[in-house]
Amino acid sequence: MSSTVISHGAAHHDSHDHHHETFLTKYVFSQDHKMIAKQFLITGIVMAVFAMVLSILFRIQLAWPDKEFPILEVFLGKWAEGGRIKPDFFLSLVTIHGTMMVFFVLTAGLSGTFSNLLIPYQLGARDMASPLMNMLSYWFFFIACVIMVASFFVESGPASAGWTIYPPLSAVPTAIPGSGLGMTMWLVSMFLFIVSQVLGGVNYISTILNMRTKGMDLWKMPLTIWAFFLTAIVGLLSFPVLVSAVVLLFFDRSVGTSFYLSDLVVGGEILPNEGGSPILFQHLFWFLGHPEVYIVVMPALGLTSEIISTNSRKPIFGYHAMVYSLVGITVLSFIVWGHHMFVTGMNPFLGGVFMITTLIIAVPSAVKAFNYIATLWRGNIRFTPAMMFAIGMVSFFVSGGVTGLHLGNAALDINLHDTYFVVAHFHLVMGSASIFGMLAGVYHWYPKMFGRMMDTKLGYLHFWLTFIGAYLVFFPMHFMGIDGVPRRYYAFTEFAFMEKWVSVNLLVTWAAIIAGLAQVAFLWNFFSSIWKGKKATQNPWKSNTLEWTTPVEHIHGNWPGEIPTVYRWPYDYSKPGHDDDFIPQTTPFSETMSSNLPHDFEGNEEAIRIQNEWNKQNNREIVE
Amino acid sequence: MVDTEYMTEELVQSRKAKKFNLVLGMIGMFMMFAALSSGFIVYTASGVDKGIKTLLPNTFIYSTIVIVLSSLTLHLAYQAAKLEQLKKQRVLLLFTIILGIAFFALQLHSWSVFTDRGIYFVNNNASQSFLFVFTGMHLAHIIAGLIVLVRCYIGAAKPIPFPDNKFRMNLATIFWHFLDVLWIYIYVFLLLNQ
Repeated sequence: MSSTVISHGAAHHDSHDHHHETFLTKYVFSQDHKMIAKQFLITGIVMAVFAMVLSILFRIQLAWPDKEFPILEVFLGKWAEGGRIKPDFFLSLVTIHGTMMVFFVLTAGLSGTFSNLLIPYQLGARDMASPLMNMLSYWFFFIACVIMVASFFVESGPASAGWTIYPPLSAVPTAIPGSGLGMTMWLVSMFLFIVSQVLGGVNYISTILNMRTKGMDLWKMPLTIWAFFLTAIVGLLSFPVLVSAVVLLFFDRSVGTSFYLSDLVVGGEILPNEGGSPILFQHLFWFLGHPEVYIVVMPALGLTSEIISTNSRKPIFGYHAMVYSLVGITVLSFIVWGHHMFVTGMNPFLGGVFMITTLIIAVPSAVKAFNYIATLWRGNIRFTPAMMFAIGMVSFFVSGGVTGLHLGNAALDINLHDTYFVVAHFHLVMGSASIFGMLAGVYHWYPKMFGRMMDTKLGYLHFWLTFIGAYLVFFPMHFMGIDGVPRRYYAFTEFAFMEKWVSVNLLVTWAAIIAGLAQVAFLWNFFSSIWKGKKATQNPWKSNTLEWTTPVEHIHGNWPGEIPTVYRWPYDYSKPGHDDDFIPQTTPFSETMSSNLPHDFEGNEEAIRIQNEWNKQNNREIVE
Repeated sequence: MVDTEYMTEELVQSRKAKKFNLVLGMIGMFMMFAALSSGFIVYTASGVDKGIKTLLPNTFIYSTIVIVLSSLTLHLAYQAAKLEQLKKQRVLLLFTIILGIAFFALQLHSWSVFTDRGIYFVNNNASQSFLFVFTGMHLAHIIAGLIVLVRCYIGAAKPIPFPDNKFRMNLATIFWHFLDVLWIYIYVFLLLNQ
């Protein structure tokens, strides 16, 4: 019964060692998680630069609404006739900036990069559960990016209904130029993007639950993995809902159905659509949209946990609390979407419910913020660039999170809704915080990705300019919002009460330009270090996690011999009694008799007995 | 018994993970239909002139019977695959594919029943448009299911090694049963709202 099958099995087993690769399978259609991580990262960086340039363009318009910049016409043609950005194009810039940053940079660029890189590495797996799905995930993402960028090359311009693409504006192709072909391309791009995220997310969850190495039980996983795991769950449950929303919107636009449309007059003509409900779209959109902001911030929180602990040379404060707070955020993220809709005529009782659930999210978030600070407290801190960015992440998370309490409050939100206060809030708490978490991750795991170190001095320059720049850009916006300045407005000079803010816009725009230029330092550092950086050692940060036990040179299957076994949690830094200030997860307790504590053995009586005997022989007393 | 000889530890682990992938994928698909359901409920509750306002056609009963039958034949095909009865497996798979196509045709037929009654996709009562969306999105998944079944048939015809065939059949069976249950969910949901 069994004779026919041996050869196939043997071939499969050996494939880790004899894997012949061509340029195409190694660099392009790679199924190796390390290469796919780099592909995600570099695509994400390209998208980030693109989206950043868009933001500088609309900042120029906001700062100098009456000035002409002939150079803009050279590059943008009819969208900047006479050197001034047109209102329609302004809306496109805002829309695509948001879409690219939220989805392509902070979702795919962040999760895609670090989940792919770290899940197999830190869990001790040869690769993802399904390398093929992983590859498809990247290529769907890539095509989504291409289509989104391509929408800049169609006659009517890219989508311009805002990144939330509320109907009816987005659903009526004749409404504004940006609702034409550009909007269709937006929808197609987003559909492909969702496919990519679901393929990736399924793989992450499955790998974490099924492919951990020996000894790696869930409570020995680094917090990075916990964060990626819960992020993937949130994505898996929320992205398909956006598919439904997008499909119905597509039918409204292209087929003529009336899911979201009703009683519209466009250009003097009455549209045939009747009986639809635009609020329905908002419900479906925000059921994804709110979890989406946690998809963006949770991986950044995970990376920050790891980096802060490693570079404080201290165990993370409250490991279990960190995990439970992530779980809390995951669960709560699904029952708060209504807080985006307080002004839609929602029943105030329902608004009250959403308000309470929203404010409860502050609890797990605060737990995380305090635990970071407690980890830093009296640590032996090494201010590496990664550490600077991680601390910056915590700073933004706190200063942006505090205003979340204001906005989550329905009574306040009705005043602040759709003002610059909201812009300030989410750019700090999910924009800047997440991008800082991502940059921290890039600086920290660069040696693992490319086998070389990034330049530290350029790293510090990048950090300080970006950190100060981001605060100068977003902090003044709070005051504009409190004064009632609405977001997405083209020119402040058209409204008397907004005119006094033009001078503030000048400051903001200059800060944005300088912070934008600071990214050149990063780009130079990133790309030149790939070839010219200092060669990395195997464990440059003296870190405990498994990825630093792999050779610097990437090999297929990650570990040359057996996959290492894990004996302890990943945060044994500066453990009293040990001669080194870190103990890798692969070090068994039998080699660290002088630092073991009774709770390390998790109730294993035989081990405790041996330890006690050793303690007696070596006159060791444990004071806990 | 055979499996233990053939499967290395890593292969066992990776197969377990792949099967788990499928389960997760099905959760994702279910969420999509859950979103459509809640969209339907919210929309239909928005006015007395909303709602399906028609009786579901009898073809839905027939298509339900057909897809349940196809699940049965596929189950038997999987049993045959486990016993290495390749020929029986192929025949039963062929039956399943034919039943799957019949299901597809019946669903399309119910669309024409709707249009005969004057219920079109482009409709100011979007509750009725939802009928087409539910069945259409399900049919899109049925196409994927049929591709999976054809791939199983090719595997059995070649034939590929026994454990691979069994594993492939296992995944296909889970997925097809899911599509079956999904249709029954949609049907019951629509029945309750007609």
